[in-house]
Order: sequence, then structure tokens, then C-alpha cells
Amino acid sequence: MAGTLAEKMWQEHVVRKGSGGAPDLLYIDLHLVHEVTSPQAFEGLRLAGRGVRRPDLTIATEDHNTPTLNIDLPIADLTSRTQIQTLRNNAEEFGVRIHSLGDADQGIVHVVGPQLGLTMPGLTVVCGDSHTSTHGAFGALAFGIGTSEVEHVLATQTLPLAPFKTMAITVDGALREGTTAKDIILAIIAKIGTGGGQGYVLEYRGEAIRALSMEARMTICNMSIEAGARAGMIAPDETTFAYLKGRPHAPEGADWDAAVEHWHRLRSDDDATFDAEVVLDAAELEPFVTWGTNPGQGLPLSGRVPVPEEIPEDNERIAAERALEYMGLVPGTLLRDIAVDTVFIGSCTNGRIEDLRAVADIVAGHRKADSVRVLVVPGSARVRLQAEAEGLDQIFLSFGAEWRNAGCSMCLGMNPDQLKPGERAASTSNRNFEGRQGKGGRTHLVSPLVAAATAIRGTLSSPADLVADTVPANA
Amino acid sequence: MEKFTTHTGIGVPLRRSNVDTDQIIPAVYLKRVTRTGFEDALFSAWRSDPAFVLNQDAYSRGSVLVAGPDFGTGSSREHAVWALNDYGFKAVLASRFADIFRGNSGKQGLLAAELAQEDIELIWKALETSPGLEVTVDLERKLVTCGDIVATFHIDDYTRWRLMEGLDDIGLTLEHEPEISAYEERREAWRPKTLPAKHLPPVQIKAARPVGAGLPAHTEVPLR
Repeated sequence: MAGTLAEKMWQEHVVRKGSGGAPDLLYIDLHLVHEVTSPQAFEGLRLAGRGVRRPDLTIATEDHNTPTLNIDLPIADLTSRTQIQTLRNNAEEFGVRIHSLGDADQGIVHVVGPQLGLTMPGLTVVCGDSHTSTHGAFGALAFGIGTSEVEHVLATQTLPLAPFKTMAITVDGALREGTTAKDIILAIIAKIGTGGGQGYVLEYRGEAIRALSMEARMTICNMSIEAGARAGMIAPDETTFAYLKGRPHAPEGADWDAAVEHWHRLRSDDDATFDAEVVLDAAELEPFVTWGTNPGQGLPLSGRVPVPEEIPEDNERIAAERALEYMGLVPGTLLRDIAVDTVFIGSCTNGRIEDLRAVADIVAGHRKADSVRVLVVPGSARVRLQAEAEGLDQIFLSFGAEWRNAGCSMCLGMNPDQLKPGERAASTSNRNFEGRQGKGGRTHLVSPLVAAATAIRGTLSSPADLVADTVPANA
Repeated sequence: MEKFTTHTGIGVPLRRSNVDTDQIIPAVYLKRVTRTGFEDALFSAWRSDPAFVLNQDAYSRGSVLVAGPDFGTGSSREHAVWALNDYGFKAVLASRFADIFRGNSGKQGLLAAELAQEDIELIWKALETSPGLEVTVDLERKLVTCGDIVATFHIDDYTRWRLMEGLDDIGLTLEHEPEISAYEERREAWRPKTLPAKHLPPVQIKAARPVGAGLPAHTEVPLR
């Protein structure tokens, strides 16, 4: 029978088929752990006298509330310090591999898994973090879970799950200069809404997706959750295999050959049917920015802040009114006229080396706008090392940006990297919720290219605006 | 886990859609390492506003939250369910829930009941007209009663059964341990293992310093 990629992946991992409304029991190939959603899970194991079934399929990193400054000193925030120390103690007690602050393999869990070659096609990957969908870029079935499920996976290496529905998202055409994977995913979320993916696994396909690098594919799959979906995936291809080959945990020799043979079968059959389909043309996309307080409230940068009275649907109109009040925006304002106080470049969405290179390309030779604070936070310590080897750190520093150590940082403001009340940021992260980046902080989600141009001009901008700036007005 | 059959308590109308888990419990409260004591964190940003519904005497002891569509979107934090539980909520009624939140609720004994939006609107009106009005949620019959409103709700059969029996998920799964072991026997050799650890050579990381702090710009962190 014809099947979609997600359905095939599901079938491969069923340990026990559920009956009488009970869910299937699925095997989990890789479990990523971090300090925030795991302490109560380990506590649960201890209380029940249980151990970790497969420490060899489990890996922990410190990321959510690690500081990005002074990492050689004791963590100033006591609760953060306790949480991180708790993870270290639990890793030791239960025999789980951990990459701690200061370790070259420390970093955001969704950056570390792929760079170690642990994330690969055909795996089920879970983590107590909704952005686990990132790993779907490899053709893995990867999704976020809650703390009870973390405990369940630690104890049993399985999860009881009801099957997902499948949605094909086809992105045809080619991206234009100045647009990126981030603009694709922001446009998809604006199109289907923050609830549009609920209950679905999204499969991204089409010419524009095939043309993307692995890191760009990760950006797309990363934000599947912002469309409400449990997971997002992209069928593996030569780009995937080339990225994996030679990474520390990639299979070798005969195992590599067996793996590649298996991976070639991981694609939706031509006659497979999806429960829903969405089509987008990449060539029509412009740089996208959000204006509101959920990731679906986004528009092309050339647009204007919406006028709530013009929104016919009640809930949407009320949500828009509330969002504009929180964001301190006047309806009808040109998005390009919005001035920001902070530019944040980083996160599991856009904190990888290609993102930093793209930013460095734009800001090289410029000086940041005086009114703007610019934070560059690599997604992992290895990304930071790579950037330093390429001299990107020097470009950021002479631009006037701060070059930090790795972690989630201002994406969610669990460490000292936060916006102050009323401060406005252009951020390459994934959520623009009220208070996400600090109480009262205002977030505009953008691509790394828009973030870079915004840091130069001080107002929401795209690289094309920089070219326009260099042409005299009367030319 | 306590068995859930029926619950009656004060209904709290929360007329907001897309209530994400950052609103239910901001990230700053996620630093705790315990499993209880999150009642003060629930909706903490909104609770600084005296007009917020939970700050009104009639609703402050509520146990049935009646919310707008897409409740629980965003971050997977289970703390959102703990905070609702710790505050005293036993059930949340909404026309749509985010998947992860719904899953987390079922595992912690919090009932996430899906009602038609028209019924939610009727219940909101009733609760606002008579603050302190009680709502009864009958899981056995899948019925919500509020004043003279009687509405059916949806919940999947498996979650309903587990809530009614008060069953622990891990215990249920471990009954199938032989099948898990049999599956593990079949797993292919190429599937990765995290142990023994393989990585690129260890390298010294430099600690970033605050701008203008007068400290040496780069100090190397002791090698791990």
C-alpha cells in the first residue's frame, strides 16, 4: 500500500499495535535531554525506583538557561545554577552522556544532535522541547514531548502515541535573492495559521525545499511547531547524506552502505495520499517579518501594520487589537519604519554556521546603528569555534556586535539575556509571544538577512535597502 | 494519579484565544526542579492586572477553566499543566487544544475537554452573568452542565479510560517489556548510539566577557 514518509516511519517503529482505542507503542531511537524539562522526570524515576533503560540512546546538553558571558565563573542566578547542577547530578547518577558548559560539544540540543551526526534519517527523535521538530530536516520523525513523556522514554525507550495525520506542504519555484528558508516558514505559518498544523506531521517538499542546504531545512522544520504541528519532515536525499558523511556518529563502512540503502526508501510514494495539502510558490516570497504576538501574525516587509477594523473575523480582530497594543504599534505604519532597540542573532532556528556567515557577509565593513544593541549567540560551542576559525567573530566585533558563548539565550530569556519592558527586538528566533524575550519585551521575528540589515539601519530592513542607501536620491 | 469521574467547581471564563504556554507559565518559573508548588506562577503576567479574571473574588477559587480556541499552544512545558493543577483546576474547556498540551494534561489528571465554540460562548455568558456559578464536568457521560446549559464534549476514548482509572503510563508500558526487548533485537546496526561518545577533538573554549566590564576580553575555560 502506498504510504507517506511519516506513515512509513511510524510503521517501522511500532513495538506494539494499540487496540480498543489504545495508542501504538513506538520505539524511540534518540532521546535528547536538557536541564529544564528533565529534573522532574529523573525525580519520577527515582521515586519509582526505575533506571534509564537505554543510556546509550540518550544524550544531555545544557542550553536553556546557561549564561552566554563569564561561563568560566559560577552561574550568578541561583535557580539556574541549581537546575544545571541537577542535570549534571542526574546524568552522573543514571549514566547519561552530558555536554556541559565549557565543553566543545555544549550547545543548543537541536544544534548539537545534528553536528555530532547523531541525528540521521529514519530515526524517531524526541526531546522535552517543542523545537525537536528541527531534526525532521533529516527525514527523522522528531517531536517535542512533555516531562512525563521524558520520564516515560527514560524508563522504557518507548512512547504510547496515537497516529498523526499527514500534510504535504509543497514549495515550488526558487527563492529570490534576499529571501531565505526563514521567510518560507514564516509565510507558511501566516498562511495556515498557528493552529493550522494541529494533529499533523508536515512534510515539506518541492523544488524550493530540495534546493535548500541541511541547515536551511532545519530552520524550516524547526518552526513546524509554530504552525501547531507535532513534527515537520523532509525526505532525505544526497544533500542529507553529504552532510552526515564523516560526522562523529555517522555510520561507517558496511553500516553506512546499509543505512544509505535504507534511507533511499524513506520518501512518500508518488501515489500516497495526504490528509491535507498546501502549495506555495517560493518565487513570490519577500522577506517576512512578524508584527504581532504570535508567529502567524506576519507580513512581507514591504507591508504595513494591519488595521484591526479591517479584519472580518472576531477572534482574529480581537487578537490583532491586543497584539498591537502590546507591541506598541500604530495600525497602518510601514513595517520598514519600525525602529528596534535590539537585534538578536541566534537560537535553534537560526544559530548555525550558515546563518552566521550570512549575517557576516552583510555586516562586514559596516558599523551597527548607534541606537541598536546587537547580540550574536552561536547555537553551539562548535559553531562558535568554526566562526572564529573563519574570522566571523572579528567581523561581528568590529561591526559593534557582542559575540557570546553558545546557548538558547535571548530566544526565551531564561538567562540574563533579556529585553527590558517596552524594548523592541528584531530576532532570528522562533516565538514572538508576549514576554517571551523578557517581560514586556516586543519581538519581531525575522530572517538572519533581515536581522543584519536591521542592525545596520536601525529600522526593520532587508539587504536590498542597503543597496538603495548607497544610491544617491537624485541619481 | 487520582481517578476522575465527575467534578463540580466554580467556572472561570477566560475570554482569550491562543493562550500559549508562555502565558500559562512564563519561562522564568521553569528553573525549579520540583514537581509541585507552581500555583503562584499560573498566568503570572496577567495576574499583576487587578482586572484579570482570577483576581476577582467570585472566580479566584475556580476549578473549571473555560478558555478560547487553541489553548496551550507553544512551548511543550508540562509546567503549564502542573501550574493549572497546583492552582486547583481540574478541567479546562475549550473548542481546540494544542496537541502537546492535550497530551500532557491527560498524563497529569487534568481533563482537557473539547466543546463546540457556540457552547463555550454560552458558558462564558452564563459565568459572566452569574459570577461564581458552578460547572459540572461528567467524564463518564462526556457532559458539561452549567446553569441550564448542558453540552457534550469530546475526548479520545483512551485518555478518558486512563483518567477514569487513574492509570500511570509507565506501569502500563512496562507490562509489554518482552515486546520492547524483541523490538530492540531487530534494530539495525547503523542506528546511532550515544555511548561510547565519539566527537571531534576537545578544544579550549574562550569565555565571552561583558562589553566594557574591564575584564580581560578572552579567558580560556578549563578544558573538559
